[in-house]
Amino acid sequence: MCVHRPNDEQALGALISDAAAAGRKLELRAGGSKAQIGWRAGIADIVDMSAFAGIVDYDPAELVLTVRPATPLAEVEALVAADRQMLGFEPFDHGPIFGAQSGHATIGGVIAAGVAGSARPFRGGARDHLLGFRAISGRGEAFVGGAEVVKNVTGYDLPKIIAGSWGRLAALTELTVKVLPVPRETSSFAVVGLDPGRAYRAMARVQGSTADVSGAAFIPMQAGAPSRTVFRLQGARPSIDARTETLRAALADFGATDEIDGDVWETMRTLAPLREQAVLWRVSLPPKSFAAFVERLDRPWLADWGGGLVWLGGGDAEPVRGAAELLDGKAMLIRGGGAPTFHPQPAMLARLEERVRRAFDPAGIFETGRFDAH
Amino acid sequence: MTLKMPEPKPDILARRAEIVAALRAIVPGEGVIDDLDGRRAYESDALTAYRQIPLVVVLPDTKEQVAAILVWCRDAGVRVVPRGSGTSLSGGALPLEDGVLLGLSKLNRILEIDYDDRVAIVQPGVTNLAITRAVEDRGFYYAPDPSSQIACSIGGNVAENSGGVHCLKYGLTTNNVLAVELVTIDGEIVRIGGRALDPGGLDLLGLIVGSEGLLGVVTEVTVRLLATPETAKALLMGFATVQGAGQAVAEIIAAGIIPAGMEMMDRPAIHCAEAFVRVGYPLDVDALLIVELDGPEAECTYLADEVAAIARRNGATTLRASRDEQERVAFWAGRKAAFPATGQLAPDYYCMDGTIPRRRLPEVLQRMDRMSDDFGLKVANVFHAGDGNLHPLILYDANIPGQLERAEAFGSAILRLCVEVGGVLTGEHGVGVEKRDLMPEMFSENDLAQQQRVKCAFDPDLLLNPGKVFPTLHRCAELGRVHVHRGQVPHPDLPRF
Repeated sequence: MCVHRPNDEQALGALISDAAAAGRKLELRAGGSKAQIGWRAGIADIVDMSAFAGIVDYDPAELVLTVRPATPLAEVEALVAADRQMLGFEPFDHGPIFGAQSGHATIGGVIAAGVAGSARPFRGGARDHLLGFRAISGRGEAFVGGAEVVKNVTGYDLPKIIAGSWGRLAALTELTVKVLPVPRETSSFAVVGLDPGRAYRAMARVQGSTADVSGAAFIPMQAGAPSRTVFRLQGARPSIDARTETLRAALADFGATDEIDGDVWETMRTLAPLREQAVLWRVSLPPKSFAAFVERLDRPWLADWGGGLVWLGGGDAEPVRGAAELLDGKAMLIRGGGAPTFHPQPAMLARLEERVRRAFDPAGIFETGRFDAH
Repeated sequence: MTLKMPEPKPDILARRAEIVAALRAIVPGEGVIDDLDGRRAYESDALTAYRQIPLVVVLPDTKEQVAAILVWCRDAGVRVVPRGSGTSLSGGALPLEDGVLLGLSKLNRILEIDYDDRVAIVQPGVTNLAITRAVEDRGFYYAPDPSSQIACSIGGNVAENSGGVHCLKYGLTTNNVLAVELVTIDGEIVRIGGRALDPGGLDLLGLIVGSEGLLGVVTEVTVRLLATPETAKALLMGFATVQGAGQAVAEIIAAGIIPAGMEMMDRPAIHCAEAFVRVGYPLDVDALLIVELDGPEAECTYLADEVAAIARRNGATTLRASRDEQERVAFWAGRKAAFPATGQLAPDYYCMDGTIPRRRLPEVLQRMDRMSDDFGLKVANVFHAGDGNLHPLILYDANIPGQLERAEAFGSAILRLCVEVGGVLTGEHGVGVEKRDLMPEMFSENDLAQQQRVKCAFDPDLLLNPGKVFPTLHRCAELGRVHVHRGQVPHPDLPRF
């Protein structure tokens, strides 16, 4: 195994073409904050993408940012924050999950992994904010997808399939994301003491109201502290004030709604309560399935996305994936566990995915064994 | 018709009776339309400049029938053109002489509404507006609102990734669809996506939405429902210059305000609309801006004051805020009537759909003015100002020989201009046949070849909606083999249909 550091698109294209011709495998890496996810088959050369860094263009009024993928996420976030803007999908940093420092994640990494935070159900995921990209395909050819404007339906929406593809389709060399204004103010609220079933009802009630929350999460009872069902309101102050009343009215059947500090969203971002867990699952579910899912597995967990996302500490693949499967969910293995990363797909869908991967990478050079099903 | 479509296959034309019989065996009763008058009803979509009577029309009742039709067509080598309500403005449902027109209009049931998780599962023939109608009593709606929403189907919306005036805040179809059931050309019925968000695995759903009927046939759609905002308030503002209006838009966004809708009209569009509906638009301005805010009353009032201050700072000469729902609707009436209103100036109009970076708007309008003189055709502009989506309406008279061709040439020149300033060929209407031959303005051979390889992963025999989107459809085996270097096409002699 060796490490390549191509300096430009031409060198990257040549490296990929040569690998395809020689039957070698390549694993793309920038910050490395997610390098521990998946099998380490050791059959691939590493492509260190760090030369592809830097801001290309940022026009706050157009709500568009073009950047090279190995630019640190922290740098991107600082740049747009100076204009009171943000990445709408609230990417978080996997570094701390693996005991590393935060700040190593790159913008390309969070897009390629499709990482989105607590606002995901309300403002969309990485897929919804990637507008365009340049990349080198598995054939070693440079190509573009999407464009650099916020509204575009010209040709296939390739940015959607590139976001969350985990480096298995092409090597990104430039990407354009949509940015959003930072909400002027944020207030957070909690109802304490609900069980998961009641918490789901409360979150569903609120999301069906005009409270217009940008966060709905659940922290179960732990170490004697009662459970908290938490909500986030963002916007201009008069709007938050009006919607606070709506929120309280929606939650009237569930108990008192108290204003709390915003630390809870940091907890959802760093998953601090699950830090000691050797095995970590990320379970994506229809929110309706949330209570039934967590009640089946006696493990520590946190829930976000109105119940649509459960972070589960520990548990063997069979019971976790079995429970998820039964409830129309998918369990992705993030840390430890000795099982494939992705939830197995139905055979028909797996074949279709395989054909789409070959459309970008005919020789399978980005199939490094990292995400193999066995 | 100046458009070149794929050459009809003589053997398929000769086998018409056999094909009709085979489809009748799959869809009994009146679901197969064979007579000329019946087929003529399907000869075009909303891009009426192009017409073609299809080989045969089939209207299945079930997804199993859809699957059986596709398998039969694959085995027989027959091309298939899927169609929803036929409201495409880019010719996405233009039939083929040797193709089966597969209409999804009978698959028109709402299958499930889940108010707790706020999703609806509907068949593709359900109209966009019918979804909102079904849930509005409970305080919900489906956000994307293309202006044809009373007629257009959700299946068509998925195919075209349709937008609407509210998509700056609420997104396009792709941001509001959670799952589809797709029938492949092999007759496989596959569920793509689901109620679980970002579940891992490739986002095939994102690829299907906006694929213009080239990858498969959608037989079921799961959409997100949103709580209907409590109030909406519109501001109507006139500006002496387009620059002033453009600067106001930029400052509204810079202030952190994302309005529900933000529409601009130029002088010809204002005059046309006002003469048509008489809603009190100012006539002494070069640009009219309608900004709509939605949410709690307190929020709308607060932000409306800020928007008004920004507008005044940028030279707004007239400024009115809607005092009630009736007035809000009146403000929009002119904008919504802008297209038919052009009928006063010319019998026909050709609606373009480019997107540009907003800051380039004044320059683009000036250059369009000059082109208008060059082509000898008038143009009126309506503009989704928030997201840069420009709809120039080219006015012409199809009965005057040469005018349609000039309108087409003018339209192409406008779209080239959009790409030149950093924009795109289509913001919400789709490529279809209309912008197909302009795709190389925006994409290199490599880019298009990569998109075509995706097409080949779903439809290796190129039977689904050929002649749309791609200016040249390479055979899949060739794409797999051939490398394109430095923009050189390996087979320059390959026919462009």
